Amino acid sequence: MGTVAEEIFSRKLSRDVSAGEIVLVDIDVTMSHDNTTPLAIKALRNIGKPLFDKDRIVIVFDHVQPPASVESATLQKEVLDFIKKEGITNFFREGICHQVLVEKGFVLPGRVIIGGDSHTCTYGAFGAFGTGVGSTDIGVSYATGKNWFRVPETFYFDINGSFSKGVYPKDLILKIIGEVGARGATYKACEFGGETIEQMEMGDRITLTNMAIEMGGKTGLIKTDKITEDFLRSRNYPYSEVVPKDPNYEKTFAFDVKDLTPQVAVSPRVDNVYPVEKFQGTDVDEVFIGTCTNGRIEDLEIVASMFKGKKLSPILKTIIVPASNEIYFEAMKRGYIKIFMDAGAMVCNPGCGPCIGRHQGVLAPGDRALTTMNRNFIGRMGSDEAEIYIASPATAAATALNGKITDPREVI
Amino acid sequence: MGKVFKFDDDVNTDEIIPGRYNVTTDPKSLAEHCFFEVRPDFSKTVKTGDFIVAGENFGCGSSREHAPIAIKASGVKAVIAKSFARIFYRNCINIGLPIMVSEELYEIVEDGDEIEVNLEEGKIKILKDDKEIKSKGFPEFILKIIDAGGIVNFLKNHEIGELENGI
Repeated sequence: MGTVAEEIFSRKLSRDVSAGEIVLVDIDVTMSHDNTTPLAIKALRNIGKPLFDKDRIVIVFDHVQPPASVESATLQKEVLDFIKKEGITNFFREGICHQVLVEKGFVLPGRVIIGGDSHTCTYGAFGAFGTGVGSTDIGVSYATGKNWFRVPETFYFDINGSFSKGVYPKDLILKIIGEVGARGATYKACEFGGETIEQMEMGDRITLTNMAIEMGGKTGLIKTDKITEDFLRSRNYPYSEVVPKDPNYEKTFAFDVKDLTPQVAVSPRVDNVYPVEKFQGTDVDEVFIGTCTNGRIEDLEIVASMFKGKKLSPILKTIIVPASNEIYFEAMKRGYIKIFMDAGAMVCNPGCGPCIGRHQGVLAPGDRALTTMNRNFIGRMGSDEAEIYIASPATAAATALNGKITDPREVI
Repeated sequence: MGKVFKFDDDVNTDEIIPGRYNVTTDPKSLAEHCFFEVRPDFSKTVKTGDFIVAGENFGCGSSREHAPIAIKASGVKAVIAKSFARIFYRNCINIGLPIMVSEELYEIVEDGDEIEVNLEEGKIKILKDDKEIKSKGFPEFILKIIDAGGIVNFLKNHEIGELENGI
């Protein structure tokens, strides 16, 4: 009985669990990447116990991939030694961890997944409880197979209406974060529902749950339905239903997307959200399209339709990074990669790309970037004297075409 | 007794340790770049036993444990904030960086003020006006982790199931 979060923990513990309870549960999947695994290995070694179950561990190299410095190469070498020594087979180097875990079938309804990455909240799009933790918590799960949680209270976002042309789920989640604030949902599960969500495909649902952390949320959640089931079954992954039952939400927020316009989060805060038109015409030096938020095939499809037959100014750095190899292959098959490169965009190998500020498009002092990322903190993409604006793939593509921040409704 | 380094609301992990300095797990080198961009003097002026006092949502953003490690390796005795971001809060408890929650302290101390902290009793003394305030306590099972000096030390001598007794 309860919210999606309570349902997941109740099922896990075979008893009714309510918000506020602190529970110790088996972790179905423990995920970490090249940036957070080295400290997790250190924690495991310091605990002094062997791996509890290597098959529940997934390691993905995505943050700086391939390594861009001696330092990152050295740390990744340490992780590779660990993987070989422990015989870990769930190791991937083919895209962003959150996308790869979805594609490989690790994210299933009802699972409890921890990740050494704050955007682990993404997995709630499938009715799984995913939450970000630090490396020591990863090490704890390596050694014990368990971890503790406080079952969160839930904020419910009731989303209704249809998007106008040029307006997308990214605009919706930015609008929500702008209203709730960067700490407005701290510790809370953010559950999204309503008719708009019920009609949304999995890729767009992922964009919403991915950004729950940007308002402080412990996780983002969406109940499972036919769309979830179709996605999983089409890949031969098991489906089970996770839906709220007579839920008691701490707070409900209602949004009608009918009148929503393209939104932008302005440097240096994700909750600094305005209509794109307010910044129309602002010069940019870099446009980056990709990330765990917006690097999927649906996102690239929008960009390809806007770039087709067009030429971008070579003065502007336009960088496109598909979120995974699977997406890259699909984009090749559909001809998108050719469209991007014909237009003059740089297409980089799948991974986090410039979102980590260490390679593939680092910003100089005074640079301004418009990206499809989920964070625009000072220094995130390089220089602390650069500015990051975040928006939808359509706004990013429109901006790339003009070299200035542009409302996509003018271009589409 | 230590000096207060005061920060505002929503200090994020990119400010505590920018992503491009996360290329090591060595606490000393992380400490050298702690608050490197938002407060470049921090690593040069902070002394062992000093304190960070902050507003709401301290440590928001990334899950990178490099952030609390950098603060701990700087010699900071405790971070006292109005509230903490969730992952950062967990990370501090896990690695044994003392944190305290106090809404009042932020309102009455200034950058550079001196305070004395008794972690066990949760007491904070503000020397300039000889005032003592109390921070909020922790649930019992978290105290078990704190008392052990972090979760790694706890698990050296205990099974994880023992935490349940305090839950």
